[in-house]
Amino acid sequence: MNRRLMWRKSVNAFMLTLTGLCALVSVSVLLVVLGYLGWNGWQYLSWTFLTHLPAPVGETGGGMANAIVGSGTLLLIAALTGIPTGLLGGIYLAEFGGKTFTFLVRYTADLLNGVPSIVMGIFAYTLVVLPMRHFSALAGGLALGVMLIPIVLRSTEDFLRAVPMPLREGALALGASKWKAIATVVIPASMRAIATGALLGLARVAGETAPLLFTSFNNQFWSHGLNQPTASLPVMIYQYAISPYADWHRQAWAAGFILLMLVLVANIGARLILSRGSPALRG
Amino acid sequence: MLKPFVRRLRSGDEIAHLITLAFAAGIVLVTLLLVYELWTHSVLPRQRFGWNFLVTSTWNPVTENFGALPFVFGTLVTSAVSLILALPLGVGAAIFLAELAPPRISHALTFVVELLAAVPSVILGLLGIFLLVPFLRTEVEPFLKATLGFLPFFQGQMYGIGMLAASLILTIMIIPFIISISREVLLAVPVEQREAALSLGATRWETTWRVVVPYAKSGIYGSIFLALARALGETMAVTMVIGNNPKISASLFAPGYTIAAVIANEFTEATSNLYLQSLIELGLVLFLVTIIINALARVLILLTTRQGTAHP
Repeated sequence: MNRRLMWRKSVNAFMLTLTGLCALVSVSVLLVVLGYLGWNGWQYLSWTFLTHLPAPVGETGGGMANAIVGSGTLLLIAALTGIPTGLLGGIYLAEFGGKTFTFLVRYTADLLNGVPSIVMGIFAYTLVVLPMRHFSALAGGLALGVMLIPIVLRSTEDFLRAVPMPLREGALALGASKWKAIATVVIPASMRAIATGALLGLARVAGETAPLLFTSFNNQFWSHGLNQPTASLPVMIYQYAISPYADWHRQAWAAGFILLMLVLVANIGARLILSRGSPALRG
Repeated sequence: MLKPFVRRLRSGDEIAHLITLAFAAGIVLVTLLLVYELWTHSVLPRQRFGWNFLVTSTWNPVTENFGALPFVFGTLVTSAVSLILALPLGVGAAIFLAELAPPRISHALTFVVELLAAVPSVILGLLGIFLLVPFLRTEVEPFLKATLGFLPFFQGQMYGIGMLAASLILTIMIIPFIISISREVLLAVPVEQREAALSLGATRWETTWRVVVPYAKSGIYGSIFLALARALGETMAVTMVIGNNPKISASLFAPGYTIAAVIANEFTEATSNLYLQSLIELGLVLFLVTIIINALARVLILLTTRQGTAHP
């Protein structure tokens, strides 16, 4: 073997190992995040934490029950506004759309998806908080809902397009109108995948903090009604983490643990469901 | 003319078409409304300061003087540093996942990378405050100062919190984007390209580096731009570790401030209209910059994968 070939082979081996190391480093970051958060969060998790209101400043103990319920409320508003909009838009793109307009909508959705979440917060602020003159769960939920639209729209479109053409043709051949074919054949065939896509979208906006800071704001107590400021897990984590109290830090860890578990379980579950779907619908 | 339309209307087709069309158009309208709201709610500072808003560095709510240069500077520096760190790491990992790893391992690792992308930024910020910052203060920054301290980037007080911490957190946040999109465009390279190079006697690495990567180049650029847009707009994790001090300093150890962070911190405290609108104008700047970068990224990815749908 001549020296040139030796050199090339060792470069080959060296660089390939290096890429492997890159992958290893990237993956181990998640393990560090999971391990450290799990270790800290689990320790401070308690029944009181899940069922009590935050303790007054200076006192230890208390929990985040209102933030857990608040996060649920915000996500519900987001789901009610974002999912139907994205779903119907996605149906248009996949089933009715022409060429130019479809491209425009899809491109806009991708751009909207890339808008920084804090800008979405400003949007909801000028749209809801300014006219109403106070922070509200409605504004926060709406900010999350707008973020949800492009995610649901794009995933719905992709999954509908993956439904084989012969299914549509079969329905049409049996005399169904186009809408009937879509509603009774195409959508049921991809229902599981579409729902999973929506779940992934919800998991993504569930952890968003920036759009909530000045829309749903925060609340140390239960909020009565959707037009009241509302506590949420991400905002609580943020405020407790930057506070000077050790007890609040512990609560932030516990809340972070709950939030991360919810997000990860939703993600893992969704991806398992998708990978087990029919081959045509694999995401 | 009218009869067939009525018939189709009754069967629901036209109604369904119109309803779904309305919602699809809705997303375009929402985007336009977003631009409109940002624009009309930032009139005051535009009239008062014009372009000086972006190039002067006094940010004083009391005298109502608003210049955003320190925030622009902090945003650009942290994004640039995080890209410099994430680029080789991300592309290297993507090459490994697309070209070398057996399918099963590649799938498993890609899964983990996607989970990393799903970690909420406030949680990375939490880890940043309590894990990364102390580690930087006691280990990394003294080491950097001792070895590379002759460079202006690694001088001055070591607090832990600061631009370096923010850049590292951003690196962690954008790596999953670079990996999953680069991997996708690498996998989209036709297998004939690889076979041709291998049959000419190229090693595995030479095939990858001289044939596959150049072929997927524009897609990889796309992933970089997408990551850049993320880094520019990222708020929570950065706000929690950057130190929030509107000062321009060459040292990465120094606390800084970013556009997104100042919006997050001061929005609820903005007392006057001019103050509030100045913050909204910062949002507008952020919006426009990320939109342009995103638009570019999508076109580049579109060129490689011919679908432009590569979402992480």
